Amino acid sequence: MGISVIADTGADTLTVIIEDDGCGMNEEQVKKVTDPFYTTRDTRKVGLGVPFFKMAALQSGGSFEIKSEPGVGTKVTAVFGLSNIDRMPLGDMAETIHMIVTMNEETDFVYTHKIDDRGFVLDTRQMREILGGLSFKEPEVSSYIKEYLEENIAESGNGTVI
Amino acid sequence: MKSLEELKAIREKMQGSVAFRSEDTNQTRVVVGMATCGIASGARPVLTALSDAVQSKGIKDVAVTQTGCIGLCQYEPIVEVYAPGKEKVTYVKMTPEKALEVVDRHLIGGNVVTEYTIGALAK
Repeated sequence: MGISVIADTGADTLTVIIEDDGCGMNEEQVKKVTDPFYTTRDTRKVGLGVPFFKMAALQSGGSFEIKSEPGVGTKVTAVFGLSNIDRMPLGDMAETIHMIVTMNEETDFVYTHKIDDRGFVLDTRQMREILGGLSFKEPEVSSYIKEYLEENIAESGNGTVI
Repeated sequence: MKSLEELKAIREKMQGSVAFRSEDTNQTRVVVGMATCGIASGARPVLTALSDAVQSKGIKDVAVTQTGCIGLCQYEPIVEVYAPGKEKVTYVKMTPEKALEVVDRHLIGGNVVTEYTIGALAK
């Protein structure tokens, strides 16, 4: 699973890309997925995650695209207007990614964080290789990952928060 | 930039000293609803408080995880506790402070914090 947050101050864009090599969706499902009244769950009739994500991108003067192929995977690309007043703040990415990574140990994640030419990549496969069988939930490991994200995100921003 | 070198040091330090935990059937699961409704009502700090407390207090056999929408959005943030052999306990309208109380009184002490459960709210 890949998650990328890329800010380009020159082009005034903030691009968020989420991609996986999961089961994918067929053309019909891709068309319907941005509809708030479409969901594959049977617990209720609405699914708001993707529609909200699309709305947030479009209201900041950006764009939104989903590419998917059954059996191959899905790639969601949302482009936001970086300085647009209607762009919602990115939020606490360190905490968000820390939580996703430590709570889903059966999935590999590659998190890319870039602001112009400053940035870093966190690849859980590299971390797992170093750790052997040691869990991301071990307190020392967990707080290392949190600090790794916090420090590197702060340094990528070089004083600015996106 | 922080590097992966430190992670190697952690690994070496912990080598041998840690019995690698495995998920067993005696594990209590603490599940936080982290869908849009949960996050909007403040589930993230609740989840952070829970997992930090479970880690820092070294509570064994408790796994803190997240789930999607439980279907009771008006009661979010919701925390469910699944202890083996016991009935599920549903805590509603949680805050980090209430979560820490649940850790101390329920997860460590073994007593359900009745006043924060959905049953208490419905009355």
